[in-house]
Amino acid sequence: MIDNQRLVEEIGGQFGEKVHRFEENFGILGFSTAPEDLLSVVAFLKEHPVLKFNFLTDITGVHFPDNTGAEFCSVCLMHSWENRIRVRIKVFVPKENPVVPSLTPLFDAANWMERETFDFYGILYSGHPNLKRILNMDDMDYFPMRKEYALEDPTRRDKIDDLFGR
Amino acid sequence: MTENNTIVARTQEEALALNVPLQEENNYTTLNLGPTHPATHGIFQNILTMDGERIVSSEMTVGYIHRAFEKIAERRPFYQITTLTDRMNYCSSPINNMGWHMTVEKLLEVTVPKRAQYIRVIMMELARIADHLICSSIMGVDTGAFSGFLYVMQEREKIYEVYEEMCGARLTTNMGRIGGMERDLSPTAIKKIKDLVYNSLPKVFAEFEELFDRNRIFRDRTIGVGPVSKEMAVSYGFTGPNLRAAGIDYDVRVIEPYSSYEDFEFEIPVGHNGDTYDRYKVRNAEVWESIKIIRQAIENLPEGPYHANENHYYLPPKQAVYQNMEALIYHFKIVMGEIDAPVGEVYHAVEGGNGELGFYLISDGGRAPFRLHFRRPCFIYYQAYGELIKGGTVSDAIPIMSSLNVIAGELDA
Repeated sequence: MIDNQRLVEEIGGQFGEKVHRFEENFGILGFSTAPEDLLSVVAFLKEHPVLKFNFLTDITGVHFPDNTGAEFCSVCLMHSWENRIRVRIKVFVPKENPVVPSLTPLFDAANWMERETFDFYGILYSGHPNLKRILNMDDMDYFPMRKEYALEDPTRRDKIDDLFGR
Repeated sequence: MTENNTIVARTQEEALALNVPLQEENNYTTLNLGPTHPATHGIFQNILTMDGERIVSSEMTVGYIHRAFEKIAERRPFYQITTLTDRMNYCSSPINNMGWHMTVEKLLEVTVPKRAQYIRVIMMELARIADHLICSSIMGVDTGAFSGFLYVMQEREKIYEVYEEMCGARLTTNMGRIGGMERDLSPTAIKKIKDLVYNSLPKVFAEFEELFDRNRIFRDRTIGVGPVSKEMAVSYGFTGPNLRAAGIDYDVRVIEPYSSYEDFEFEIPVGHNGDTYDRYKVRNAEVWESIKIIRQAIENLPEGPYHANENHYYLPPKQAVYQNMEALIYHFKIVMGEIDAPVGEVYHAVEGGNGELGFYLISDGGRAPFRLHFRRPCFIYYQAYGELIKGGTVSDAIPIMSSLNVIAGELDA
């Protein structure tokens, strides 16, 4: 039986200082790694004879505007069907140079997941075969899920309502 | 078309054998499959490059009904996000609703009473049946058989009547609440469900299967069409019936049981070749398994409350709002979305109609999610479609698409 403790030992033992910020959230182990180490970490988890993280469940992005120097986070969630355990790998990148290696050489499914993340956050996946927008229109010139594009506050009072009698 | 009538060879071998010049340029034609075409069952475009009738390559364009749910969710209190999830896989919206409630309950660490869990299981399995009925019968329509579709449509109507009884809506259900269900199973609902799973559905569905399973035309159109190997399915992130058709018994209900699925006896049907026919067979077998689960759930329905006493998220009874100060306060706070959620990072997955439907929620302690991502099974496996139709004909491409059960609402979110 593989549990999160064992995972920490295996991953930490293999990569040492390259993996950090281990945390457990509602049963799922998460950790961070640098962009340059991501491919080797994912390949290690995928090809490990015991851990067998055979499935890439999800890739998505998160924007932390207050986290200066590491505003964007590319999160990938892997699943080991045999051991029934998941692991979450985070890569933090600065907004000036948001480049993360693409996981397409390891998983075909990463293709559209990364295109979606690029589409909404502008995270650039190096090595991706076809990195272009997927859900939004091609000539959009901003990345809409970034936190600087706030939705309108429904409780705002600065609108002139006289015209519409609201 | 070449202007003069000279014969040209398409391949080097042909050129040598027939002693004719090799064709220099490809006479490829471009065909738009979609965006709006009845056979695509939704709005997505495939730009096909055709060599005669064979598909050489295809470029898929999606996003025609993208509605920015993830962005909208960042402003909404948790209970208002349920209505967004309805509109993803609209063939099985109760599963999406329940998946979202369970995600929030995980974050709030709420224990849902057993009765509510069983009611949820019943509703989710009804939704799965409705989803699979549509998908399997639409495959019939796409291969030229319309009557099967009409047979099962009546059964889907009965499922929708149960939805109406439970939540008042049919398509965009907004069913259940954070902490349980908004109302108990009424005697009418129980009667309707029992009638469905014991009498009408098994009969009609057996008849439906008889129409198609050994039908020569249907088999010729589907067997060996669009096969998916195990390796390809895993690499492309297939989940749900499409993955199981390839022969892998991965089912979230079994691997990570939620909402008391561990209490029920059921099997995971798997296919062999992962072709269109296998996907059809796996879905049909799942309908029978779902019937089995609903029968067990309705027979062993536990007594007790149908919701948790989660004052901060579950609306108090309306009568109490008028008479009781506390109830009035909670009512106001819930409706206005004034309640701050705990800080946390949750991933919860349910077995949706199409596969693993995941909710990745990051809460920073505010009223709305800091980040909410939907792992939509359709979106992830639809990218393999181009690979599946390559080398086939257009008439193969249509059943492959309907057998994948691509739902535009889920694809584009």
